[in-house]
Amino acid sequence: MSVRRPLPRWADVALLPLLNLLLALIISGAVVMLIGQNPLDALRIITYGAFGYGEGFGYTLHFATNFVFTGLAVAVAAHAGLFNIGAEGQAYVAGIGAILVGLTMDQTHWLLVLPLAIIASAAIGGFWALIPGYLQAKRGSHVVITTIMFNFIASALMVYLLTRVLKPVGQMDPTSAAVTGAGKLPQLRDFMSFFGYAPLNITIFIAIAALILVYVLIWHTRLGFAMRTLGHNPVASSYAGISNSRLIMITMTISGALAGMVAVNQVLGVQARLQLDFPSGYGFVGIAVALMGRNHPIGIALSAMLFGALYQGGLELQFSMPAITRDMIVVIQALVILFTGAMEGLLRPGLESAFMLYGARQKAAAPAGPGS
Amino acid sequence: MDLDTIISVLAATLRLTTPLLLACLAGLYSERSGIFDIGLEGKMLAAAFAAAAMAAVTGNMWAGLLVGILVSIGMSMIHAVASISLKGNQIISGVAINFLAAGLTTLLGLTWFHQGGRTPALAEGGRFLGLDLPFAFELKSVPVLGPIYDGLISGHNLFVYLAFLAVPLTAWVLYRTRFGLRLRAVGENPKAVDTAGISVVKLRYQALLITGLLCGVAGAYFSIAQGSGFGNNMTGGRGYIALAALIFAKWRPVPAMFACLLFGFLDAVQIRLQGVDLPLVGQVPVQAIQALPYVLTVVLLAGFIGKAVGPKAGGVPYTKEN
Repeated sequence: MSVRRPLPRWADVALLPLLNLLLALIISGAVVMLIGQNPLDALRIITYGAFGYGEGFGYTLHFATNFVFTGLAVAVAAHAGLFNIGAEGQAYVAGIGAILVGLTMDQTHWLLVLPLAIIASAAIGGFWALIPGYLQAKRGSHVVITTIMFNFIASALMVYLLTRVLKPVGQMDPTSAAVTGAGKLPQLRDFMSFFGYAPLNITIFIAIAALILVYVLIWHTRLGFAMRTLGHNPVASSYAGISNSRLIMITMTISGALAGMVAVNQVLGVQARLQLDFPSGYGFVGIAVALMGRNHPIGIALSAMLFGALYQGGLELQFSMPAITRDMIVVIQALVILFTGAMEGLLRPGLESAFMLYGARQKAAAPAGPGS
Repeated sequence: MDLDTIISVLAATLRLTTPLLLACLAGLYSERSGIFDIGLEGKMLAAAFAAAAMAAVTGNMWAGLLVGILVSIGMSMIHAVASISLKGNQIISGVAINFLAAGLTTLLGLTWFHQGGRTPALAEGGRFLGLDLPFAFELKSVPVLGPIYDGLISGHNLFVYLAFLAVPLTAWVLYRTRFGLRLRAVGENPKAVDTAGISVVKLRYQALLITGLLCGVAGAYFSIAQGSGFGNNMTGGRGYIALAALIFAKWRPVPAMFACLLFGFLDAVQIRLQGVDLPLVGQVPVQAIQALPYVLTVVLLAGFIGKAVGPKAGGVPYTKEN
């Protein structure tokens, strides 16, 4: 038997993920049919809801902003061979930083609030990821298990803080006080009425900057090179004189800091207060986004848009097809994770054979040169 | 604290421990064979829904249990195909299974039963009720031992007894049978098992079959034994606590029981302690107790109290050399 040739690069980075996505969507379509609805109608409504008009598109971009942050968080860790399942918890605790800056600086100017909120959220989100990183690096605990545990610890901590500490006296709801002045970040709709009431805000530019910064970090800096080396071969990186344990801690901190940006977007950009469970699953979607996007910023931007569209379109779908709730999006997300992540090996051998066959036929069709 | 209170807290502990224990043992089979399983939660949730749906439609608890088990095994087999046959990433597969269950149970629940994601309350015969052990009533008047027998040991449903019976059974299978020996070996050194002419793939599939079975029972417990009908996200993260207990027990069956009992006890106490002033410490925030299993697991994993080292081959797909 001949040795399998690897796929051409374009097929590996674009065709295979697209085929896997298609597979996930086909099965999602089957689920839609199972609950007695027309999947093509559903797809049409989702597409229109997500891209068809200004406000819908604004929401799509807003959701995509969150997914860029969590997708990058998962991807940065993945480059160093670490699986950060804790983006959800890291974004959650980062909310403390965002709201404290927002409340204390409420009387100043948003130009002051934004950078400070970014720093505070990044610091707290990064710290929440640094602990699992430290435990992995110095004590050998598996970062996957620790980050899962830290999601739950974060959740308990935040419930405690919101019900006992941050809640204003005399208020029933477990939320913090609201920011009303400079703490509320500028909305894009104030400049472009095109976006209707969509909560798209200045944070989207932070997301774009984060995409570029991560690209530069991973592929054009010493640190990024060291991270990728660690991810490919931890033994090699330690022989190359890189301190693996330091690198793990730095990587996890960056990862958590990126996840923390969700807090800036949600807390100061949309809700204007700290609410219970405000990351509502964005951290977990980041896993799917990073997998779909092959841990590359361009891929992450595209898959963040895809999931943003699914989230917004899914909301729209709920109005026109009440049978299909937001949970359909969770199903699609699960199938995308399954096929592009865990079952990647399903289509690859077939695709490789197809390419080899195609390649062989091309060779046969070409006129035989000298020496062949 | 009088005897009645203690007995009722301990009885609640047993009821809350049951699903943890079943899921924990489920995870034990999988992880001992070298397959990480963070999808315990998803399998339980799917089983809870399937069992309640079937029991609601047929009015038969056994049919419910059977379908719950089948669905859980089905999901376990997805995990098996992804992580054994396709050599995919076991963590990612587990994450996918958890989301799949979370999404599908709510979605199908809404469209099939139109009760906001709940399944209809189960009628007589659709649900496993408490079993009165012999002489529970007669012995009730015996001081101390009577109430303990009647209130703590008797009166639970079948699943509770099954879960605790599964502990010695698992210990026996793991340490006294040929299958158990091979299972432990395949999690530590699959190559050695392969060299001995035993199929690594088959062993791991068998292990995941048992994992599916036990998760199915655990899930059914939620909806057709402890509760009456399925509610949204009914398992509430118990699958992750079971995973924590498994690590806490260092992947051994009898310690797994004690870890689950500890976490079950914390759960029972937390319900009791809401709004109660304790001497010296004052009111303990409920959240602190809720977070305790996770904190304890992190501390243990970090080697600050003992050291938890999992099966060596865990998480690594086995590729046979040619």
